[in-house]
Amino acid sequence: MKLEGKKAIWKDYQKEIADDKYFYVRSCIRQNFFPGSETAFIRILREELGKDIFEHPCHTTCTGIGYHGDIVPLDTMMTVVARQFALMTEAGYENLVPSCITSFGIYTEVLDTWHHFPEVEAKVRDYLIKATGREFKIPVNIAHASDITYKFRKEIAAKAKYKLVNKETGQPLKVVEHIGCHYSKMFPDKGVGGAEYPYVLVGMIEEWGGEVVDYPERRHCCGFGFRQYLVQANRGYSIACSHKKFESMEPYKPDMIITNCPGCPMFLDKWQYAIAEMEGKTYGENGHGIPVFTYEEVAGMVLGYNPWDLGLQTHQVSCETVLDKIGIPYNPDEKYNGINGIKLGVPEMPVNLKCC
Amino acid sequence: MNKKVVVIGGGIAGMESSAHLAALGYEVTLLEKTDKLGGHLLNWEKLFPTMRMGKEVVTFLNEGVEKGKVNVIYNAEILNTKEIMNGFSITLNNNIVLESDAILVTTGYDLFDASKKEEYGFGIYDNVITSAELEEKFMKGEKITTSDGKIPKRIGFVHCVGSRDEKVGNTYCSKVCCVTAVKQSIEIKEHLPETDVYCFYMDLRMYGMHFEALYRESQEKWGVNFVRGRLSEACENMDGSILVKVEDTLAGKPMKMSVDLLVLMVGFEPSLGTKKVGKILNLQFGVNRFFKTQDQHTLTNVSNVKGIFFAGSCTGPKTITNTITDARAAASTIANYLSGHDIHNRIMTSDIKATV
Repeated sequence: MKLEGKKAIWKDYQKEIADDKYFYVRSCIRQNFFPGSETAFIRILREELGKDIFEHPCHTTCTGIGYHGDIVPLDTMMTVVARQFALMTEAGYENLVPSCITSFGIYTEVLDTWHHFPEVEAKVRDYLIKATGREFKIPVNIAHASDITYKFRKEIAAKAKYKLVNKETGQPLKVVEHIGCHYSKMFPDKGVGGAEYPYVLVGMIEEWGGEVVDYPERRHCCGFGFRQYLVQANRGYSIACSHKKFESMEPYKPDMIITNCPGCPMFLDKWQYAIAEMEGKTYGENGHGIPVFTYEEVAGMVLGYNPWDLGLQTHQVSCETVLDKIGIPYNPDEKYNGINGIKLGVPEMPVNLKCC
Repeated sequence: MNKKVVVIGGGIAGMESSAHLAALGYEVTLLEKTDKLGGHLLNWEKLFPTMRMGKEVVTFLNEGVEKGKVNVIYNAEILNTKEIMNGFSITLNNNIVLESDAILVTTGYDLFDASKKEEYGFGIYDNVITSAELEEKFMKGEKITTSDGKIPKRIGFVHCVGSRDEKVGNTYCSKVCCVTAVKQSIEIKEHLPETDVYCFYMDLRMYGMHFEALYRESQEKWGVNFVRGRLSEACENMDGSILVKVEDTLAGKPMKMSVDLLVLMVGFEPSLGTKKVGKILNLQFGVNRFFKTQDQHTLTNVSNVKGIFFAGSCTGPKTITNTITDARAAASTIANYLSGHDIHNRIMTSDIKATV
């Protein structure tokens, strides 16, 4: 492996990322999958970095899943996107920051479509004003929330209490990174580092002390292809994709996985349980799985946030192996407490996948 | 006084056309940007389909240049040109000013930069090399090994790297890569009889005399395997071997295979010299960025500027045989022009019909 070759490619794929005043649009699924991530992102931006980040209560889904699943027509999707832009314009912001990779892809695709076909933009403006009376300005900057975290990775490192380093051995943790397809595979020049050797997560891992694992199936789908999962009959493809990745990364003995998409951590996390139940196979140490994190969770971890405030208790694969390696303190008794401190009950434990 | 011709580019086309122009009685100056004549041919050990040594052809070409007493100027760079009475004045980097009645442009091609096909990992994975690098090993008599010095058990050849590929902006066929892969596969089998060789191709364009016979020989005598399918990606395995993913379109199945060495058959691109000289001389470029000839059938050596002509692969990919033929045709065309034929405005049948 020649790192210089990768660096040459990374140099070609840099993008402009706004410095402040963000209009943040949440994902429609991440709050269920990994409920602490978006809150952690807002907290880091406001409290650690002192940035202006605004959320609009009337913001809706971008319709991306329905659009890619062929149940939401293009014109409808574009009009919904136009409405989000209108909310941003009304709030006085110009820099759009989607939390979701698919939303990022949708917004980027819509703007590219309008760039090439201005008559389509005019049509959508007409639809929006007829339906809602709203008008909008095109965002000055669109950056995914992982782009923002990448941009401030050094500032986060400067404030970090922990590093992605094994406290016993002093060795960097081996980290698998996986970017969402809609981050840069649709528009490689819109992703930091491009599509083949993306740098957005690599940059965070390196800055926070970890070591990136490059394994043969690194580019392979996580298993959250919409048609693979949403169509029940196709779910075998979904788990087969995840399985292929786990088999490929296993010999490298990764300590953890970090992702920037709503679907990737969901499937890489949950399918480890399913594979363990189906085949008795686990991929971590001593019967554990390989913990899967969002980049916001990892940022929160190195900053020393309480793991249960980050929502790590909602992971299928238990996160404690990584917390223990780094030396991040946690109270096991509070793991399944609600936000108000009330005990929610301990979930049933899997048979084959060791959790805690 | 003899009429003068300046030939720009000392590769195969420049050398052979210079020899022919000199034999026709013109005073010929050949400009070469490096300190050697021969161009890409200097880097090629054996030639398809005969397996003769490339240096034999270089010797032949040199003999023509020497016998014709062609004035060769090495390390030459054109700074500017201007039209003078019935000809051109050309200023070079070393303050030499040449006058000529006609100019022949033979600025050739560059090899495609394989690192642009990011998914194949050239410049990143140690065991991904180009066809030119393999030829250099043959040329130097080096052992064919993997990056860590082992004898490769399996070698893959990827056809059409940078050719017939919209993604990199080169939609044309480079003509020589298919048969070069066949030639190099046979040479691998000659050097390493125990090594398995796989060629991944879209379709095999064995258009030249004896090319098909060489292709058959590679299978029947040497056991080279041909898989019809374009690589989707190459990744590095833990042991440094290369995992290739390809669809076998004859079997109708996707396949994965590990090879110890992957050779990328890089195609032709217009050379940097072609681009520079074209700008200086106000020459037209075609859609594929090579020089545009005034007619694809009848005026293949004629440029858009009166008194300037083309030969060789500056107008598109050509074999050595085709280049030599084209060089002689260009010499003949220039002789026509210098004896008073208005070749640039020669009327075509279609023009006559249009006039009628």
